[in-house]
Amino acid sequence: MENPTEKRRAELEKYFDPKGSFGLLRVSQMKRAWKQTNRRELNFWENTYLPMLFSGIALTSKHFFYNVFFHILHLFGIAKGTKGAVTYQYPEQQRPLASRLRTRHRLTKREDGSPCMMCETVCPARCIEITAAEHPDPNIEKYPAEFVLDLGKCVYCGFCVEVCPEDAIRMDTKILNIAEYDRESMIYNKKRLMES
Amino acid sequence: MNDILLKFILSAGTLFIMFNIAGLLTWVERKQSAVMQDRIGANRASIFGFKAMGMFHALADVLKMLSKEEFIPEGANKFLFNLAPYLSVTFALVGFAAIPIGGELILNGHSIQLQAANLNIALIFIFAMMSMGVYGVVLAGFSSNNNYAFLGGMRGAAQMIAYEITMGAAIMGVIMVFNTLDLQALDVAQGAYMFGGWVPKWGLFVQPVAFFLFLTAATAETKRTPFDLPEGESEIIGYFVEYSGMKFGMFFLADLVETVLVAALMATLFCGGWQVPYLHADGFYFPWGGHIALANLPVVILGVLSFFTKVAFFIWLLMAVRWTLPRFRYDQLMNLGWKILLPISLINIAITAIVITLLG
Repeated sequence: MENPTEKRRAELEKYFDPKGSFGLLRVSQMKRAWKQTNRRELNFWENTYLPMLFSGIALTSKHFFYNVFFHILHLFGIAKGTKGAVTYQYPEQQRPLASRLRTRHRLTKREDGSPCMMCETVCPARCIEITAAEHPDPNIEKYPAEFVLDLGKCVYCGFCVEVCPEDAIRMDTKILNIAEYDRESMIYNKKRLMES
Repeated sequence: MNDILLKFILSAGTLFIMFNIAGLLTWVERKQSAVMQDRIGANRASIFGFKAMGMFHALADVLKMLSKEEFIPEGANKFLFNLAPYLSVTFALVGFAAIPIGGELILNGHSIQLQAANLNIALIFIFAMMSMGVYGVVLAGFSSNNNYAFLGGMRGAAQMIAYEITMGAAIMGVIMVFNTLDLQALDVAQGAYMFGGWVPKWGLFVQPVAFFLFLTAATAETKRTPFDLPEGESEIIGYFVEYSGMKFGMFFLADLVETVLVAALMATLFCGGWQVPYLHADGFYFPWGGHIALANLPVVILGVLSFFTKVAFFIWLLMAVRWTLPRFRYDQLMNLGWKILLPISLINIAITAIVITLLG
């Protein structure tokens, strides 16, 4: 037996245009060309709109009754696991986030984090500004007296996290709502970054 | 004196119920479309923490519209501009007078027909009033001093005239079968049974073609989505572009009232109105031989419930159609109206006439 996907692929290959675009765009171009050459006249029954009309209403009604059924069950506190809608009620209910998602930065709480300036150097948006100071303990080289991060400039590339040799900065707070009413509030100092 | 009071109570009751259903439809429309599309829908408006599943959004909308500026464009005909929304709403609402919401109630020996106006030409009256609704559309487009509104009004007029003819021709079959124009008598006639008493003699079963024609034409008549070319809220700009505030709201309301009216008409003409299957004046008589005796009052209450269940079902159907199908092109709309639906309805009349003559 021939694989139907393979067969369709081979059929599409006939419409390959070497001068066309690349990637997914090329596939869609080939599909469009296939449709244009293989277009057929609708027969009488299809021309009455009725079959598509009924199948369309059947589809939307299926969704309607399925969702209503679960909404009603939820009213009685049954089957809470099955959702009747794909909506997340955002401010109250947050979407599950991917574990590797880059969210707002935080500084880890360690006394010996040295101001090596790696993150400030690597930052493509130049949003990090570190002020180094001598540590009273002679065994510790230096410490960051101030660490200013301007979220208004930050592009969330995560280079600062990648480059840090001491694991002092992380982007795992899961905080997404960083919006503020003025630019000054977007600038985070060391204290604010270490709080969360 | 008592009769006049009774009529007042009946018409006030009918108006109250129908108006509230139309108001509730804003909520139904939002929620049903949301549930069909796997969403939740408007659910934030609250009064003292009560949200009532978002029903207060309708109230919030009304408050918003009442507090908005009533704008009248420069060069508009002020009188006609202000008159148009009232015409739309009034003629949509007046039609309910002739629709029977229940059967014959016997109170203290008096026989009361649950119908605001016992007209023997009820059907013609309703169709006249629905046709008058065109004036609201045309005047709104004409008086706005806006070319887009004018074009919208013309589109609306052409569409409504095209589909009104189909609608009239479609119910002709029903009138021929039941031999009456009186909706109450039509409902009583639909209490008969066919095929050994199993199938009720509803318009839906004796005139299935007319049912689909009427459904299509009536959807076009309400100017809702597969046929919303007169309005085209967001893209093609309809006859009420220049309206704002509650006058815009009145056009919106007129649409919803027309939806209820069309649903009520479909329930009355094709689904037996207040008839409950196998329920007669003195109780249930089942075709398999059972009998449950009922007094007059429960029979009438069951009838009213049955009528409103049917209306709710047809409203649901119209909403489902509205949120499923994409809009027609204008030439497709006119082709469908004049070249497909009208000939089918005429053929339906001819075949019905032949069959009735042959059956005697």
